[in-house]
Amino acid sequence: MADDKNAGTGDRTHVPTVIADELHIVYRVNGAKTGKGSATSALSRILRGGEERGVRKVHAVRGVSFTSYRGEAIGLIGSNGSGKSTLLRAIAGLLPAERGKVYTDGQPSLLGVNAALMNDLTGERNVILGGLAMGMSREQIRARYQDIVDFSGINEKGDFITLPMRTYSSGMAARLRFSIAAAKDHDVLMIDEALATGDRKFQKRSEARIRELRKEAGTVFLVSHNNKSIRDTCDRVLWLERGELRMDGPTDEVIKEYEKFTGR
Amino acid sequence: MTAPPSPDDGLPPAELAAKYGLSVSGARPGLFEYVSQLWGRRHFILAFSQAKLTAQYSQAKLGQLWQVATPLLNALVYFLIFGLILKADRGMSREVYIPFLVTGVFVFTFTQSSVMAGVRAISGNLGLVRALHFPRASLPVSFSLQQLQQLLFSMIVLFVVAVGFGSYPRLSWLLIPPVLALQFLFNTGLALVMARLGSKTPDLAQLMPFVMRTWMYASGVMFSIPVMLKDHPAWIGDILQWNPAAIYMDLMRFALIDGYGSENLPPHVWAVAAGWALLVAAGGFVYFWKAEERYGRG
Repeated sequence: MADDKNAGTGDRTHVPTVIADELHIVYRVNGAKTGKGSATSALSRILRGGEERGVRKVHAVRGVSFTSYRGEAIGLIGSNGSGKSTLLRAIAGLLPAERGKVYTDGQPSLLGVNAALMNDLTGERNVILGGLAMGMSREQIRARYQDIVDFSGINEKGDFITLPMRTYSSGMAARLRFSIAAAKDHDVLMIDEALATGDRKFQKRSEARIRELRKEAGTVFLVSHNNKSIRDTCDRVLWLERGELRMDGPTDEVIKEYEKFTGR
Repeated sequence: MTAPPSPDDGLPPAELAAKYGLSVSGARPGLFEYVSQLWGRRHFILAFSQAKLTAQYSQAKLGQLWQVATPLLNALVYFLIFGLILKADRGMSREVYIPFLVTGVFVFTFTQSSVMAGVRAISGNLGLVRALHFPRASLPVSFSLQQLQQLLFSMIVLFVVAVGFGSYPRLSWLLIPPVLALQFLFNTGLALVMARLGSKTPDLAQLMPFVMRTWMYASGVMFSIPVMLKDHPAWIGDILQWNPAAIYMDLMRFALIDGYGSENLPPHVWAVAAGWALLVAAGGFVYFWKAEERYGRG
């Protein structure tokens, strides 16, 4: 099965697309200091001049190194809070590295446009706004507009695309978001739990779309807690635990170990 | 590693990256590269500002009518307090004072709301900053563009007030667009500075309203600075008159109001207006760009 997925990409596997070199990511959280959180203690911290005193650090990724090659589909697994999403954001250049470096071929993109959309606007305007936010041109959006709407299936039950998004059901909104996000072609594509969106019919459609995106993209990263969807789409898996890379290898081997680990 | 052995094995990551032309993810681009990236995002910047503007009143029954009604009500409140109760119109006829006051309020509000939006431009949009890749300056620029569009609605009210008090359209109204352009440049620069400060210290959102109110009272929004301060040493009035907010307000009043002649303007007023705009816009842009790769952390 794995051979089948690599067909046609054999001569390109040596071209690296993403190199992570001893990558460390640290979050700084304001106002989450343990202990006394009163106004006077905050004031005294400021007066004493300690810049980082009110700030708590979360070391989310600790020294992860790997190299991904063109044509690979890489799954990221690990328990909640193990640093998977953080790692993706660092690869996309959205979170600055504390130490170490990430080198990438082109601009990796995260399949996620949710933050740019506004609930008070119509679906129509959100398609345009989301497309522009992902860096598409107005012409590209115009060319793909109908595909996006059709794919989302929003208009199957009437003319919903001209209504504000706040009037959508949560499933409809999620479908539109995925459709917008998946409309763009990418060099390195990262997908964060996007498969669990919408009803069953839509899930089938989005899985097909992800396979299509993978063909166009150089490398696909997929974060999921669903071992089956990792097995179906990925040929290599990175297993993160507590921000450290615990295992890196072929899907079957890593998932077997992971299932042993979680099954304990 | 699943990859079959290759001649690249054992090559240090940095050299491997260099060999295949890979670049550091999330590195700050050069200044000119950054400007061109920003220009490439101009459609997004404009669409985002318009979307924010529309979303603002989309739940209200009167809808977009509030774009005009809000500044009108604002002008009414200030007229009630300062025109009728406090009588701050010393040295001015009513025909001059009312448009004088309304112009001051609108022009200052333009700067004030740009600053406030700037403070929250990054810290209030962390979700966006952490999900998508675009030059971060798009956000503060987009927010000041939103305020500019908001001001254009206010200008409708302003024209009505001016005509209502006997200042009819004349040649000097042509000066309004250049004044607006300079003030927009100034505001954008300020918003960029505030965006960087606000991303590091979100507390500024709590502090800035007080700073802005002090600035407003010191800039002669409701009174004429030379008249109000004539018993004080001249340099105080000079400083207040040369501050950018007062400069843009006075220029707008000069352009708009019939009885507000050039004797009310400080010397070299256009040079000062352009100087402030260019200095703050360029300085603010460079200052914001310097921290480009660090926005979105923590």
